[in-house]
Amino acid sequence: MSSSTTRRGDRVRSPRRDPGTTDARPAARRPLLSRVLGVQPIGWLFGAPYLVFAIVVFAYPLVFAIYMSFFDYFFSAPGVEVDKPFVGLDNYIAVLTDPAVLQSFGNVLVFLVINVPLTVVLSIVLATALNKVVHLRTFLRVSYYVPYVTASVALVGVWLFLFGGGGLVNNVLGPLAPDPSWLVNPALAMPTIALFVTWKQLGFYILLYLAALQNVPQELYESASTDGAGPIRSFFSVTVPGVRQATVLVLMLSTIIGANLFTEPYLLTGGGGPNGASASPVLIMYQRGIQQGHPGFAAALGIILTIAVLIVALLQRRFAGGRDE
Amino acid sequence: MQRRTRIALVAATAVAALSLAACSSGGGGTATDAMTSHGPISIWYSNNAAEVEWGKGMVEAWNADHPDEQITAQEIPAGKSSEEVITAAITAGTTPCLVFNNLPAATGQFQKQGGLVDLSKFDDGTSYIEARSGAIADQYKSADGGFYQLPWKSNPVMIFYNKDLFTAAGLDAENPPLSTYDEFLASAKQLVSSGAATYAINPSPTSEFFQPNFDFIPLYAAQTGGKGIVEDGKATFANDDGYAVADFWSSIYSDDLAGKEKYEGDAFVDGKAAMAIVGPWAIAYYGEKIANWGAVPVPTENGTPADETYTFSDAKSVGMYSSCENQGTAWDVLKFATSEEQDGQLLDITGQMPIRTDLATTYSDYFAANPDYEVFGDQANRTVEDPTDPESVAMMQALRDAYTKAIISGDGDARSALDEAAKKIDSLAGQG
Repeated sequence: MSSSTTRRGDRVRSPRRDPGTTDARPAARRPLLSRVLGVQPIGWLFGAPYLVFAIVVFAYPLVFAIYMSFFDYFFSAPGVEVDKPFVGLDNYIAVLTDPAVLQSFGNVLVFLVINVPLTVVLSIVLATALNKVVHLRTFLRVSYYVPYVTASVALVGVWLFLFGGGGLVNNVLGPLAPDPSWLVNPALAMPTIALFVTWKQLGFYILLYLAALQNVPQELYESASTDGAGPIRSFFSVTVPGVRQATVLVLMLSTIIGANLFTEPYLLTGGGGPNGASASPVLIMYQRGIQQGHPGFAAALGIILTIAVLIVALLQRRFAGGRDE
Repeated sequence: MQRRTRIALVAATAVAALSLAACSSGGGGTATDAMTSHGPISIWYSNNAAEVEWGKGMVEAWNADHPDEQITAQEIPAGKSSEEVITAAITAGTTPCLVFNNLPAATGQFQKQGGLVDLSKFDDGTSYIEARSGAIADQYKSADGGFYQLPWKSNPVMIFYNKDLFTAAGLDAENPPLSTYDEFLASAKQLVSSGAATYAINPSPTSEFFQPNFDFIPLYAAQTGGKGIVEDGKATFANDDGYAVADFWSSIYSDDLAGKEKYEGDAFVDGKAAMAIVGPWAIAYYGEKIANWGAVPVPTENGTPADETYTFSDAKSVGMYSSCENQGTAWDVLKFATSEEQDGQLLDITGQMPIRTDLATTYSDYFAANPDYEVFGDQANRTVEDPTDPESVAMMQALRDAYTKAIISGDGDARSALDEAAKKIDSLAGQG
């Protein structure tokens, strides 16, 4: 087959030839072991712990959840035969027609609409400010980070004290306090949870931005200053574009973590109350899958939630990631 | 690119292999072999201090006389709830032989999982349980006629009230007017309007499935003279009795006589609420904080004599788990732990009522020495249990969702909400 008749794709896959010779023999094939394990087999050894971790903790449960979602599954004791019939798409239909589930998706949407933008804006602004602080820098960084590392159970107690009917916030607001109060008000329960989670997670995202800010060249700020840019113009023209990769990461992480909301509605609003106004899809998964013994339904809900989060994350990457991804 | 493909292939193969392994079942001995087998066993008991004390004493007493059938005991592992821990342990095959902390409402699910041993399969299983607990034992019987739990102890809930707050409100603290709904509501209004307490009563308003046990179910049991919320696979509460109870609680919440928000701490102990719906376990707890308290049966629409009033049992049962290799020993231990002597120890240490027909007579000395408990000992004869269907938790969640929406929040008609909850429960019963 002459090169003149070879299609383009074939040429790409052809063995390389030394242009200075006419020897057309292919390069000697490597040993099988080398071909399977690569040039540096020890790389597998170093990578094995994470590979095993990823398979056991992520891949296996995900595949098993997909499997469960097509069955009327039930967790049974070893060696006990319990009927787990194949139900096709029934679990998915049940999930998508369940008013409580639909309400929970609406709730989490409210949560994300408040939590994600607030997280991005507050963390980049605070990180920029912290990056310029000279005195008490460590103290301030630790202060923002403490809520992140503190157990939610402990923080929930503090927020109940703050936002309870007779709590500090309502006492300060006096006649302006909402009735019903924050956590038992269907319109305010989810926004209050969104504020709580934003505050709790902020320290982590500030750290991400602080790390990203170290990579923004100082010369850019100097050039901007020479061109007459003030602090605000520098922030929008240098800082914000300079930390865009961190912003994409913060967007995606806060969306994923937010979509997996569980502890706060479980503890702060007593199981997704009032009237399911703060129930999240993961809380419904917990109730149906673990408490009520319908893991097939919970798995289908989990798969739908995963797909929804993936779509949102892909959109965020597409529209916020820029061309230099 | 080829390298990536290889990695993906290896990963996919491993995932597939793991999935296939998960789809197959593990082994396990036959139940009949295990039921006659004797040897060491393990048990779990509750983690509250009083029950731990009882558990340790019981194990010590057994172990002293049975060197070849030693018990290894521990508190039930920590988790969001005991039921989740047990569910996970059943799936993993790591349950102990006996758990002295089974929630009867969760037993149907454990049974469906294949995690429980049918105690009626022991030669003296049914006769022992029925002789000890009498007719109440029927409430703990499975739909297939077996006993997958031994009814162990109850905490019949009653209305605890703070006598000092009642006196401050100008109410008769020794004979409080709390028998009928009208009396109860009038007293509750007086307690709040007088400023004696922020709330007359403060049941938890949260959405967990078990919360109906402390508001709707006790009053429904009393109103109906001993009916459970589900009987013969049907919800029973979408009727005038259920509506009466719903209307009563609706009045409590609409008149702000109870809090609609989760209270951090114990509102009764803190003096924020003048009443609480609790069982006798709380006597020791309240005794240190509220010296001057009284207890009366839960109210009914038209009033019911105390010795005819039913309530929710707040019971715990003992389950024997199918992973147990020495079920013969486990059955012997179960009988030992629920013997007259050990039940006496349980009553003495925890103040909780062993579910046995001869409670008042067998332990008459205890009740004479502890008169506070006498009313609970009497009430223990008239208790109602949660349904034991595999779908019990879902059923109770359906009731709770309707209750929190229509009765606590006042969003919609309470009677219609009960009707809807009853329909949902009927459909769930069909699935079980």
